[in-house]
Amino acid sequence: MANNHHASPAAVGGSLVNAVTLTCGVLIALMAAILVVRFLFGLGAVTGLNDGYPWGIWVVVDVVIGSAFACGGFSVAMLVYIFNRGEYHPLVRPALLASLFGYTLAAAGVIFDLGRWWNVWNMFWPGSINPNSVMFEVAVCITLYVIVMWIEFSPVVLEKLGKDDARRKVGKAMFFVIALGTVLPMMHQSSLGTLLVVLGVQIHPLWQTPLQPLLYLLTAITMGYAVVLFESCLTSTAYRRKIETHMLTPLAKIMLGFLAVYLVVRVGDLLVRGALPKAFVPSVEALCFWIEMLSMAAPLILIGAEGNRRNPARLFLAGLLLMLGGAMLRLNGFLIGYETNVGDAGGFSYFPTLAEVLVTAGMFAIEVLGYIVITRRFPVLPREDVQAAH
Amino acid sequence: MGTRRDFLKGVLAGGAAATACVASAPAAARETRPRPPEAMGLLYDSTLCVGCKACVAACKTANDNPAEFSTLDHLWDTPLDTSGHTFNLIKMYRNGTMDAKDQEVNGFAFMKTSCMHCGDPSCVSACPVSAMTKDPETGVVGYNPDKCIGCRYCVAACPFGIPKYQYDSPTGRIGKCELCRHRHKDGHYSACAEVCPTGATLFGRTEDLLAEAKRRLAHKPGQPMKVPRGHLRPAQVRMLSGKPEGKGAMNRHGWRNEPDQTYEAVAGNYLQHVYGEKEYGGTQVLKLSAVNFQKLGMPDLPPDAAAALSETIQHTLYGNLIMPFAVLGAMTYVAKRNVKDEESSDQGGK
Repeated sequence: MANNHHASPAAVGGSLVNAVTLTCGVLIALMAAILVVRFLFGLGAVTGLNDGYPWGIWVVVDVVIGSAFACGGFSVAMLVYIFNRGEYHPLVRPALLASLFGYTLAAAGVIFDLGRWWNVWNMFWPGSINPNSVMFEVAVCITLYVIVMWIEFSPVVLEKLGKDDARRKVGKAMFFVIALGTVLPMMHQSSLGTLLVVLGVQIHPLWQTPLQPLLYLLTAITMGYAVVLFESCLTSTAYRRKIETHMLTPLAKIMLGFLAVYLVVRVGDLLVRGALPKAFVPSVEALCFWIEMLSMAAPLILIGAEGNRRNPARLFLAGLLLMLGGAMLRLNGFLIGYETNVGDAGGFSYFPTLAEVLVTAGMFAIEVLGYIVITRRFPVLPREDVQAAH
Repeated sequence: MGTRRDFLKGVLAGGAAATACVASAPAAARETRPRPPEAMGLLYDSTLCVGCKACVAACKTANDNPAEFSTLDHLWDTPLDTSGHTFNLIKMYRNGTMDAKDQEVNGFAFMKTSCMHCGDPSCVSACPVSAMTKDPETGVVGYNPDKCIGCRYCVAACPFGIPKYQYDSPTGRIGKCELCRHRHKDGHYSACAEVCPTGATLFGRTEDLLAEAKRRLAHKPGQPMKVPRGHLRPAQVRMLSGKPEGKGAMNRHGWRNEPDQTYEAVAGNYLQHVYGEKEYGGTQVLKLSAVNFQKLGMPDLPPDAAAALSETIQHTLYGNLIMPFAVLGAMTYVAKRNVKDEESSDQGGK
């Protein structure tokens, strides 16, 4: 470990006003306007939610998928600090930052979707909590994890502010904060899958299994690495920096390891439960199942060979495909494969309204904007010999 | 070399934690819960229902719910399904020429849609804030809007599609049948059973209702059959149980006195299936029908409740927080060694 000398992180610098940040600003303003309508007139005024589909993209995309995309911080921190692979250390801060935004917004975004948001304190009130509820466990763990991540990230802010004393104090307890930061996401990322178990027969057999927690945990870790590949390639291109292939290539190998375990568990579970024949019945569910499975399997071919893992374009594409595959697993389980059994067959359908899509887009815009502002002003990305071009 | 050794240590710590989880599994497994012995509910007999919808109107009044319209002229209450403002509905099955009632082909039939008051309800298990609760004595699944956060996990969880959210309001609530528990203190039982003219909806203790359902199933189709109306009376319970005292006290819940409205009807061409006797471990609302229950919109459910499996998984992983603390302990141990190294490496790098 002592042999690993990395360039210390530094602010990228440069202007905060450009096409990307302005676009983000517009999207955020649109989101704010829609949210005003939502809070004044109710969920029905802006969403396509109905009695057959109580959860839409604000839950499934913003929270379930969004938080899985935000697993980079957890996946990389686990690699560096638990499996002691110090060579990946420069990836920790940027990954943590992306996670911090993803999770903070997922947690805040839940409020938009809560029909009786002013009662949300009951989630933490001993007289109200229901430890049997999967949702309770998810909510508490996500809340704690957001706090833990802010503490994990605090040295960056303290460094910028020049508060070295405080930074050293936080540093002393950091090992425990990091340990918490690996256990909490393991808990709620797995439980996001367990959420589906109580829905029982309403979930299509391709996505209903008691192994939900394992499937969701494995894909969350895999997606965490995939997001790091995606985000590293994107950041390098956008800031015209060197692509960190020397770290990304071996990281991709570890990612493929988790992916292989996942695919074995996923396919094995389908076989044992006898659900696989359903994948060959022509239906929307089967189509979405194959999109999910092929997106998950393709990276094995795309970057399976060591030589191919040195190709940044292939790494980027593999990362993107795994993000898509993991997102599809969640979208399929929570929406495509969900059918409430009562009512005329197919009596209910759900498609997100433009307003719902704009709010989701606004949430992602906050993340992108925040990432840009912080990497340009705070020491997050590794220092480069050649300064950023702009 | 050190890196590889520490990597293996990390793997071992994870393995130890996983073992702790598996070892604690059997202790946490939870069986599907049966109905409480004194649970109350309804018996709906589709063959007796004439589709008058008096129960739908009475439910609206009893729960102070507004009319909902599905026609252009908005003349009277015409909901097409239960909703946040409609807790009880009579739906109609239609097939072909609709020649005869209670006939699957070229026939029609009615089905009551309202909360089944499950013995082991998914909505109660799902609710993170205990806004949805099951009364330990009566078994009524009740809702408390003052705790509810509006997450709608109960809506998603219910296999009968019963709890529904009021999307039309910024302060929308969950709406569902609570078996008129707010009227019990005045001696009133469920309004739907109170007004039912044919006894198709009958109120009572679920165990007694189950015996009544089996009594009906024992009749040959077309055979004359005594049918009680309103609620099962102590005398009828005594008769059903075959004991002079019956199974419980007279008027056990203190219902208001009503004349005995028992009448003679004709036994339907029943399927030999009491819906709700076994489904999800048993529900407190039971149903009889001559037409396949799935055709009438009732889901085909296994005898084990999804709540039991969900809670078994949760408590296996998180029971007494043993697993999380075991993993946290292992992670803290490993992280402490590695993060220390990290600090010195950081200083070395500067």
